[in-house]
Parts: sequence; structure tokens; C-alpha cells
Amino acid sequence: MIRLEHLTKVFNTPNGPVRAVDDVSLELPEGEICVLLGPSGCGKTTSMKMINRLIEPTSGKIYINGRDTDATDPIQLRRSIGYVIQQIGLFPNKTVADNICVVPDLLGWDRKKTRARAAELLELVGMDPAAFMGRYPKELSGGQQQRVGVIRALAADPPVMLMDEPFGAIDPINREVIQDEFLRMQQALRKTIIFVSHDLDEAVKMADKIAIFRSGRLEQFASPDRLLANPANSFVESFLGSDRALKRLRLVRVAEAMLTEFDALRGDDPHARGKVVLEESGLPFAIVVDENGRPTGCLAGNAEAGVDAKVGDLARPVRATISTDADLRLAVASMFAQDMPVLPCVDDGGRLKGILTYRSVVKSLASAEARE
Amino acid sequence: MDIIWFMTGNLGLIGEHALRHVSIVFVAVGIAVVTAVPIGIAITQSKAAADVVLYFASMMITVPSIALFGLMIPLLSPIGYGIGYVPAVIAVILYSQLPIIRNTYTAISNVDPALREAAVGMGMSTFQRLRQVEIPLAIPVIMTGIRTAVVMNIGVTAIAAYIGAGGLGTFISRGISQSDPRQLVTGAVSVSLLAIAIDLILLLVQKLLTSKGLVEESRQ
Amino acid sequence: MSEATTASVQVQKSPASARWVTSIRTPVLVWLVIALAVAIWISLSDMPAEILTYREDIIYLGGQHVELVAWSGGLAILTGVPIGALLSRPAFQRVSEALLQGFNVGATIPTLAILALSMTLLGIGTVPAVFGLWAATLLPIVRNTYAGLRAVPQHLIEAACGMGMTPAQMFWRVELPNALFVIFGGVRTALAICVGSAPLVFLIGAGGLGELIFTGIALDELPMMLAGAIPTALLAVVTDFTVGRLQYYLVPRGINPLR
Repeated sequence: MIRLEHLTKVFNTPNGPVRAVDDVSLELPEGEICVLLGPSGCGKTTSMKMINRLIEPTSGKIYINGRDTDATDPIQLRRSIGYVIQQIGLFPNKTVADNICVVPDLLGWDRKKTRARAAELLELVGMDPAAFMGRYPKELSGGQQQRVGVIRALAADPPVMLMDEPFGAIDPINREVIQDEFLRMQQALRKTIIFVSHDLDEAVKMADKIAIFRSGRLEQFASPDRLLANPANSFVESFLGSDRALKRLRLVRVAEAMLTEFDALRGDDPHARGKVVLEESGLPFAIVVDENGRPTGCLAGNAEAGVDAKVGDLARPVRATISTDADLRLAVASMFAQDMPVLPCVDDGGRLKGILTYRSVVKSLASAEARE
Repeated sequence: MDIIWFMTGNLGLIGEHALRHVSIVFVAVGIAVVTAVPIGIAITQSKAAADVVLYFASMMITVPSIALFGLMIPLLSPIGYGIGYVPAVIAVILYSQLPIIRNTYTAISNVDPALREAAVGMGMSTFQRLRQVEIPLAIPVIMTGIRTAVVMNIGVTAIAAYIGAGGLGTFISRGISQSDPRQLVTGAVSVSLLAIAIDLILLLVQKLLTSKGLVEESRQ
Repeated sequence: MSEATTASVQVQKSPASARWVTSIRTPVLVWLVIALAVAIWISLSDMPAEILTYREDIIYLGGQHVELVAWSGGLAILTGVPIGALLSRPAFQRVSEALLQGFNVGATIPTLAILALSMTLLGIGTVPAVFGLWAATLLPIVRNTYAGLRAVPQHLIEAACGMGMTPAQMFWRVELPNALFVIFGGVRTALAICVGSAPLVFLIGAGGLGELIFTGIALDELPMMLAGAIPTALLAVVTDFTVGRLQYYLVPRGINPLR
């Protein structure tokens, strides 16, 4: 757990004192990611650097798991906190293995054990230890350097991590990949993380809590969903952008929004039954499934056919399905792209679990708002 | 006190030696610029040629000057120039090659490829491109090479007094052989001041020759 | 991860090995040409035999020569690196810029002048010779050590500090290793100056191979002069080559642009 109490930093500049951080208080529960977000110069990085005392606060207190950081020797404190910076800062004179083991080596841990740990961590991010342990940073791609930068911070297994725009220097495609990878790791590791970013999408994706800063002041501290639903003031609202409703799509899973009470058709159902189902549901399409419950096609309301026709003969193939674990953003994108006003939602085995319609998407966003 | 009297009393002689000193250095470096800059530009076309030329030039410069003077005596004696002004000038030309070739080569090959592409795209020929884009951009670095060459060779020329080339080194050689601290200090101080002064003057020239658009980058 | 595998292929075919081939081929080529020229010269002239009559002098004076270089160069490294390191510390920032300006001016002073001044102050013999050579050798080492340490990227220092290194650990584990290549460059330049100036110390009575060269010139005794000049030149080239190789092998691969 990290607690900031009335944290203030005043820099003395030639133009007089500047309050870079102004009376910031917040509390982050253990195992959560807090993204400090705001325009440049808003005090987010300064706030973060006060936590490992790279910058000493002018006033205010910081507690990590209940311990006052002022009472801890700054060197010991920093060794107990993982630290990742935007420029990565891998030491070019050290191999990948030695880079990962910097803090364990500083702490004087057993060399054999720490090297084994480095190999484990490399595997965790999909880098073959045999190939990479002995390499130098300049022999890695940008994405690989970034991964090593992150696992270097994890090497001594610190409960708390500080990350200063850690994925800022990577191209957008690789950034998505590394973000996903990092979130997967975080699910297992449950570190308490302070994460500085200026990218709202990144913040919404990574954060359990978002802290919005403006010129040194904390404007709002809330979960991404709540933040997007209820911006505290006009600054936050304009910072989030007028498309914030769309950004919330990412926060809702398909399973939460899909309709589970509906009738599915079978291929050998008579067309007449298809018509009844369509009329009762009021939807433009009905989903047809096979004997294993996998969607195979969809029946449109305007299909013209004789009395003895089977649903299977008339159904059109399904152009898209969505996993129940996916977020609504992907689902809506695929509804638009494939012109599927009724999107079948499937589980890992490909079995139909529910359907998503435009109305159900809108309703789920509204209900999330009501939840708060 | 003695030394100052000696200096003021021999201002004319100091001036004469200084002039001779400067003439050796400037004639030689002038010739070196004419050879080394084109070589430096030419070797940007071939990595292999650049390797050989730069290796040769850097080996040349490691040979101590007095050894080089000595090695030139048998080579130049047959045409009657074993000692004196000519071997001094030749030695300075040889020593000047490395700093000027290397800096020209580095500067031209470091010209931003985008600028080169822009020049080609606007329809410049190779020579137009060199004259209008690459050389102007490279001038600060080439000038630094010339400055290095001049300052280094003021020292080399001082030693050339021992092969009868004259110059301010004459005071030092006489001072040593006659155990006369007045001449010794006069020579040492005047040659040092000459080096410092010329370095500053060339720095000024370099600033004047540098395109105003580059000033921010070339100021170090 | 597919990205990792493609990148590893890229690294494997990195030109490190190719560069090594060219870096060894060029000197071999150059030396072959020189060896050929020397072979022709030896076969056409009786000069080599005459030069060899000075064999004992060459060995004795050569030893003296190497000793002078070792003392002054060694002392210059032992003093220059700490001075440069000290000046690069933030506490000295104000002083160091001014001091470096002074050093730059000092570096333009010809070695002969430095030796002459050293002789005026300390008289003749080995001590003023070593002192003069040391002074001429010192500046490039100080300058490169300072520049190399100051050029270590700020973000590396921030990362080191953020991970909990003490200032001493930051210096020894991060700053110094990353400045090593530049420092070595300074040592190489400095030793070239030192070896190149060493023949001059004969003039202030410290012996060395300069004795054969200067005496040979004064007496117009060509073989004697060459008996000094050739070993001097060889020593200079060999020293430079050795330091260059040391730089290649001692500076770790991660920060060595040559490897």
C-alpha cells in the first residue's frame, strides 16, 4: 500500500518559487496499478520521484506499507522499490544478465541464484535465456530492451514499482503487445505500481486507479470507469475528451454486456419456427447453432422461402464472433466492420454463450454508470 | 629580468624567426589542404579505400617528427634538399594529412542522408551537391582538422630548427647548446604564444566561414 | 515471441565479424607494402649493415628510451585519470570548465617548448625529462577522462540512482565503465605524444634514441641517424598498435564501438 499525505514540492527557480506538486494526498491499495496522468509539467513525475526520494518533498509524508519513507535510508529504500524509466537506462557496459541482476547484486545476493532468477524472468517475457543472457543492450531490439528494463525492476521482487512512461519510447504496435504482456505478469505478481503516463488510452488500459494532475494539483483520483463516467470538473472532462464514452467500452467485458436470454435456432428447424423466434425477439437476425452449440449461421428476417424450407438452407454464414473475455471496444469494432447488428458471443470452446446488440451495449454502459 | 631584456633587445630577430616559422607551417598546411580535402572527399565513396588511407595516415602521424626528419635526409639528399626548409615543409605536409583527411571524411560522410537526398531530388549534379550542400555543412569540422594540423605543426617546425630549417626553434636549440636560459625561455615562450595566438585566429576564421545557420551546432 | 526470434537473427548476422576482418586486413596490407619496400632497400644497399654496427648503442639507448616513456606515460595515466575524474564531479563543475579551457590552451604549447621550460626550471637529466614528458602527456588524458565521464547519459545515472546505488557504486559500476572507451582514446593519443616527444629528451641530457638521431644529423653521419630514427619510428608505431589492441580487447563489447 502506498499513501501520500499532503505531499508538496516547491522548486526555487530564478523566477521565484514554483509549486510543482501542491498538497497531493492519495492512497493506493496493495496490488493495484495507479496511473499518474496529465499534461507535461503537471507534477506527475515529480510526485513519483518523491516516492523513492530521488526528489525530497518540501512537506508532506509518504508511507509504503505503513512505513514512513523519511525514516528509511534512501539507498535502502530505492533498492526495495522497482524503478523503470522511459529511456530504459540499461547499462551498456553490462550484459543482459548483469543488468537484470543489478539490484540483487547490490543487495549481495547469491550470484548463482540471481542468475537463475534472471533466466526465469527472461522466459516470463518470452526471451530465450540461452540466447539473451550474455548479450549486451545494444544487441537487442527496442522492444526487447524495454522488456529487460521491466524485468530488471522485478529482479529483487520488490513489492512496489515506480514506472516513468515505461512504454513511451516504443512504436504503437509493440507498445500494445508489451502492455498486454505486462498486465498478464501483473495478474500473477500483484505488485503495487505507480505508473506515470501522458497517454489516456494507456492509462485506461493499465490502471486500477487514475490520478489526474494539473499544475501540481490532484484533480481527480478514481477508477478508470468512474473517471470516464463522472469527470469531477471541466478540466478533467476536457482532458478525457468528448469521446470518453467510447473509451469506456474498453473497460466493459463482453460477458457483462451480452444478452443471455435468447432463442438459438438449429439447422434442421423449420423456417416457420425461425420466423417466430425473429418476431418475438424483435432483432434483425437470429443465430443458428450446430449440435455442439457453435454458431454456424444467422437467419435474416427478410429471407423468403417455401413452407417446408429448413433454417439451415436459408441461413447466411456468420461473419464474426467475439470471445466473452474480450472488451466491448473490440466487439463494437467488429459489429461495425462486419455489419453484424447481432454479434454471437462465444466461450473458449467456440460455443454460443450470448449475443450482443447495439442496444445491449448502450444499456451496459448506462448500467455501469448507475453502478457507481 | 635578464630574459626580458634579452627579449626586448631582440624583438627584430624574434619577429624574423616567427615569420619564417609561420611561413613553413602555412605553406605546408596550405599544400596539405589542397591534397587532403579532395582525398577525404574521394574516400567517402569506398569504405575499403578509406580504411587503407586512414590507416596509412594515422601511422604516418605516429612517427616522431625528429625520426621523420632523419628518415627524409637520405631520401632528399640526392636532389640536394636533405636539410633545411624543404624537408621541414614536406614533414608538415605529411603530418597534416591525417587530421584534415579524417575530419573531411567524417564530416562529409556524416552529412544527413536526407539533405543529400533532397539535393539529388532537386536535380543537383554531384559537384553542385558537394559545393552547395556537403562542403558548406562540413566546413566547421574540416576547419577543426586544419586547426589541429596547424597547432601540431608549429611544434613540429620548432624541432625542424635541428635540421637547419630556422624558425623560433632556433632560439631553443641555441639556448640548449650554449646553456643560455635567456634564449631557451625566449624560444619556448614565443613558440607557445605563437601556437596559442594562431589557434585563436583560426578559431575566429572558422566562425566566419561557418554558415550562420549552423552556428548553434558547431559551437562546442 | 516472433519479434525476439527475428531480432536474434539480425544480431547474429551483425557485421561484428565482418568488421574484424576488414580491421585486420587493412594493416596487413599496409605492412606488406612496407615490408616489401624495406626488403628491396636491404637488398640494394649496404646501409643496413652499417646501421647494425650501432647495435649495442641501439639496445642501450633503446632501453633508456623505453624506460623514460614508461615512467612519464605511466605517471601521466596514474595522475591524469584521477584528475579528470575529480573534475567531472558536480562539486567541481564551476572550476572545471575554466580549468579545461586553460588545459586546452596548454595543449597547444609545443613539446619542445615544454621541455625547454622544464630544463630552465629543473636543470638537465632524467628528472626534468620525465617531468616535461609527463606534462605533455597529461592533458589529453585529463581532457578525455573528463569528457568521457561527462558524456555518460543522464538517464543511466538516474536509473542507477533510482535502483539504489550509492554515489561510489554509480561511479565504479556505471560511469567509469561507460567512459572507458573515451578514456582509452585519450591514453592512446597521450602515449603517441609521449613516444613521439621522447627523442627530444636527449636535448636536455636524458639520453634515449634521440642521442643517435641528433648526433647523426649534427655529424652528417647517416647510418648513425637511421640507427636512431628507425627504432624510434618502430617503437612509436608498435606502441600505438598495442594500445589500440588493448582498447579493443579491454573495453567491454557492450560499449566498444569497434566490436
